[in-house]
Amino acid sequence: MFNRDTAGRGARWIAVCFALLFVAACAQNKPDGLSSNVKPGTGQDFVVNVGDRVFFEEDQSVLNAKGQSTLAGQAKWLNRYSQYTITVEGHADERGTRQYNIALGARRAAAARDYLVSQGVSASRIKTISYGKERPVAVCNDSSCWSQNRRAVTVLNNATN
Amino acid sequence: MHGILKTLSNPAGLRACGLAVLVSIAAVFAPPPASALVEIDITQGNIEPLPIALPAFSAEGGDGKLASEMTGVIASDLKRSGLFNPLDPASFIQKNMSVNSTPRFGDWRQISAQALVTGTVTKQPDGRLRAEFRLWDVFAQEQMLGQQFYTTPENWRRLAHIIADAIYERLTGEKGYFDTRIVFVDETGTKDKRVKRLAIMDQDGANVRYLTRGDDLVLTPRFSPTSQEITYMSYGGADPSVYLLNIETGQREIVGNFPGMTFAPRFSPDGQNVVMSLQQGGNANIFKMDLRSRRTTRLTNTAAIDTSPSFSPDSRQIVFESDRGGTQQLYVMNANGGEARRISFGPGRYSTPVWSPRGDLIAFTKQHQGRFMIGVMKPDGKGERILTEGYHNEGPAWSPNGRVLVFFRDTPGATGGPQVWTVDLTGYNEQRVDTPAFASDPSWSPLIN
Repeated sequence: MFNRDTAGRGARWIAVCFALLFVAACAQNKPDGLSSNVKPGTGQDFVVNVGDRVFFEEDQSVLNAKGQSTLAGQAKWLNRYSQYTITVEGHADERGTRQYNIALGARRAAAARDYLVSQGVSASRIKTISYGKERPVAVCNDSSCWSQNRRAVTVLNNATN
Repeated sequence: MHGILKTLSNPAGLRACGLAVLVSIAAVFAPPPASALVEIDITQGNIEPLPIALPAFSAEGGDGKLASEMTGVIASDLKRSGLFNPLDPASFIQKNMSVNSTPRFGDWRQISAQALVTGTVTKQPDGRLRAEFRLWDVFAQEQMLGQQFYTTPENWRRLAHIIADAIYERLTGEKGYFDTRIVFVDETGTKDKRVKRLAIMDQDGANVRYLTRGDDLVLTPRFSPTSQEITYMSYGGADPSVYLLNIETGQREIVGNFPGMTFAPRFSPDGQNVVMSLQQGGNANIFKMDLRSRRTTRLTNTAAIDTSPSFSPDSRQIVFESDRGGTQQLYVMNANGGEARRISFGPGRYSTPVWSPRGDLIAFTKQHQGRFMIGVMKPDGKGERILTEGYHNEGPAWSPNGRVLVFFRDTPGATGGPQVWTVDLTGYNEQRVDTPAFASDPSWSPLIN
């Protein structure tokens, strides 16, 4: 009945998630001097010093000025560290229906991808995927959480910390 | 699951002319016909469920517990339909009913029963279970139905559902839906790390069985109308894609070879095609794949999100949702694509349309002012009715007789999660289906034959 064993891949994802959470926690605890602890060109460097995600308004896939600035920074970094390929993950908040949110997440990922390409990142390095409303990072019941979930996250596929 | 033999046993050959059953689209205020002694009008708000007496089936010296449990399943099915009121056995005057003798109708009239079911369950010398029941019209003092069945003992719940279907059908004139199953997504783990597994259960929540292990994210399973297959979306491959799964053999295959993510699958009424969305960049368009020839056909071509396609039961049209006009709305097009006409015009956004197997209605999710509703409208968009409304109701699916919708209701916050509910077309009868954990994306099987 089960044709595929993806446990290894799942474990890898979880490891990446924990690494990112750890980094995020450090960033909050030690805002100063963090960059000096981070080795340039690593996944940690990308997440902490560049920012791996951009956010969207409700039911929108238009990049705001802050998002464009983050993505411009990502593009600059990716152009410098050309060994990386990336996956842009699109997400939606929980206040929509499942199928539409899958497509909406894809639209957001495409918007981020297109912006990176416009900044010189080769399209062949970029894969996109949408998780719709299936992978929230914030789980409270108000707009402060929902706004964190409406996001496109750039994930380095072959990152080392 | 097969192998339940059915024989009719109506020795007197009586016609139940005394118990008229009204199944019509009568106007709300139309008085009932004077001749009707008992009527179940399942199209209207159900103010008075039919009082029905279900004394525990006799076991004739056999397994009394089993006989009693079977009677309980029948009573529970009928009660959950909202159309029947199984009376408290403590009120019964006539005790120790035999299926072979005529009831003392006066005793049952006295406790206001309008219908009475008597039955017996015995073990045959060959190990099989034999069940026999009779449905009586208490006022006309006539047998309306008599049937007997043979099956293996482990099929006892199914047998109870089949008897409940026979009673439902005889008294409402509609096909029953109790001998059916629901496929759904079982959800465990915290909200930000949900594990989702495909699962299947009887329509009353019994006999849950898991179809996937939870390694891959799985969504939106839909039953084939003609086979023991489901189509669903899985994140197990390179791109999230639509798959087929045979629920008896466990055999799994990807549907088509599309250049990108496919999602929102649904079978055609003949089970030979799957319609779904293909994501290309920011756009989602609807495609159809013929499962025999493997040929794919593009049905929409817009710079919009076109998704959630659902065939009309005559296979000639497809209803779907699209944001081509700015927000999610419902559209109907020819089953081969082409011009689509918008059918939803109320305030709010409309999504997840599903065509009733009867053809008369389209069910949908509607969002308006932060509320999520389940509603129905006619295929031309007229006659919209909201059946349930709240924080989050989503994803209706039809019972095979087109009288009940199953959907999921989510609750907010970190500890919130979805549960499976049913609501009938009156909107008055909401029931939660008990599941082992959180559960979403329910889809009803066709009638099991």
